[in-house]
Amino acid sequence: MNAPHDSSSVGAVVAHKARFDEPIRLRGGAELPGFELAYETYGELNAARTNAVLVCHALNASHHVAGYYADRPEDIGWWDNLVGPGKPLDTRRFFVIGVNNLGGCHGSTGPMSLNPATGKPWGGDFPVVTVEDWVAAQARLADRLGIERFAAVMGGSLGAMQALQWSLAHPERIRHALVIAATAKLSAQNIAFNEVARQAITTDPDFHGGHYYDKGVVPVRGLRIARMIGHITYLSDEAMMGKFGRQLRRAALGFDFDIDFEVESYLRYQGDKFSTYFDANTYLRITKALDYFDPAADYGDDLAAAMARAKAAFLVVSFKSDWRFAPLRSREMVRALLDARKIVSYLEIDAPGGHDAFLMDDARYFGALRAYFGNIEL
Amino acid sequence: MSAAPQGLLAARPDFAAIARWVSQRARVLDLGCGDGALLKYLWEAREAPGYGVEIDDAEVVACVKNDINVLQLDLESGLSLFRDGSFDTVILSETLQTIHRIEQLMREMLRVGHEAIVSFPNFGHWSARMQVLLGRMPVSEELPYEWYDTPNVHLCTTRDFEDLCRKLGIRIRERVALHHGRQVSILPNLFGSLAVYRCAAV
Repeated sequence: MNAPHDSSSVGAVVAHKARFDEPIRLRGGAELPGFELAYETYGELNAARTNAVLVCHALNASHHVAGYYADRPEDIGWWDNLVGPGKPLDTRRFFVIGVNNLGGCHGSTGPMSLNPATGKPWGGDFPVVTVEDWVAAQARLADRLGIERFAAVMGGSLGAMQALQWSLAHPERIRHALVIAATAKLSAQNIAFNEVARQAITTDPDFHGGHYYDKGVVPVRGLRIARMIGHITYLSDEAMMGKFGRQLRRAALGFDFDIDFEVESYLRYQGDKFSTYFDANTYLRITKALDYFDPAADYGDDLAAAMARAKAAFLVVSFKSDWRFAPLRSREMVRALLDARKIVSYLEIDAPGGHDAFLMDDARYFGALRAYFGNIEL
Repeated sequence: MSAAPQGLLAARPDFAAIARWVSQRARVLDLGCGDGALLKYLWEAREAPGYGVEIDDAEVVACVKNDINVLQLDLESGLSLFRDGSFDTVILSETLQTIHRIEQLMREMLRVGHEAIVSFPNFGHWSARMQVLLGRMPVSEELPYEWYDTPNVHLCTTRDFEDLCRKLGIRIRERVALHHGRQVSILPNLFGSLAVYRCAAV
């Protein structure tokens, strides 16, 4: 990880908020009377406004993509290794935007926000939001920032679904879509894992139908189990074995139910950490957004037909050790893009990191991203 | 023609022969495209938009750098990502000899493309024959590897290749044998070190 004062860091950053008073109709039918989006920007928008890149976040991240906060230098952005001066997504050339999605818990309007109708937090009443809704909200932010057309929209995992959705919802507004470690729709197994996570949260006695804020409690147990399950799916068997093996946490097997193995300790730590900064209501909604995303559904499951209206050039990247959204899922997207006669390049990186490999600095992967961004004309 | 393509033509003498058989603005698929040099050449010479398929990590990154559309796939697992007849020309340039399942790939090439162009080092060249006669595996400009470190698994002569085409029901539309970049018209299987074929389904 970069030291805060590293010359390739964007440095100290400030989060902004944009308020939108026009109501937004969500895919599920509900309407929000207005909303706020938390966002950050890095680099400068050029005079022609042709150098903007939107970086979309996945499940647990936020608008804090790069840099650090002056009062919290340890809080480094989640994709800081990618974004900065001289980095693959070079902020000397590009104007990069990170945005916390609608329904989030890092400053954008979400379940923790006040419901104007009741004056109390939305809690369980906050509607289910979708990838389509997020992109619609992001488009309003783009309008606000004066960006008619993005040089690129990129993301990994759920973030990549947003890049894909941008290419479909606003074909004229995006020149390149970088779709990394993604799928065009979740498999039954993917949905099953999400459902276990949701059940962990909703069956926590502290959940109270999502109205736990007023009660001064947090469904910590559910949230940490949800995170533990998720975390297992982000890593490959090989990566986990390499990191923890069967290493013991204590001198010998305990023959009880305390922590024996390192991996148990790690999962508990991840779960505990997550439950201190992430909101359970947001987690539930994000897993639903994942489950519901399926742009081919309206086209008789023909993804090529769905992709026909896209105008962007695509870079699709998968990782061989990713079993959550395996390379096969990416190849389905590539096939559809080829069938639809789109411009596409596809990389299948033999990195051991599993699904989380998309966040890691692999020379081939980052080398390709650097080369790809280098060829985007401004 | 600028200096760069000239240098390229010297390094890869089959490029010019291949380009002659690619029509203007044809959709091209180059299998085993390396750093994308041929596709770049075809784009400049024929305005032919194309895709490359390559498995090697460094070459794939080089393609991205060269602004070539590249798909990182293993040719041995077939061309299932490509729809029937979705390309005008499918090219296999000096890659045939590294392929394990040649029959499958040749069939796939003509499923995906209307035409296939295949180039390969001719094992029937007199220098190869001579070296075998003298009791050694051939090493040459076209076949620079020693027997123990070669990536080549299926070396053949032009006659062998033509037999295979017959067996697979593939029609040879045109062929050219080259040596040091120059066309060889007399006894091509003896004097040509590099063979280039233009094939179609019967």
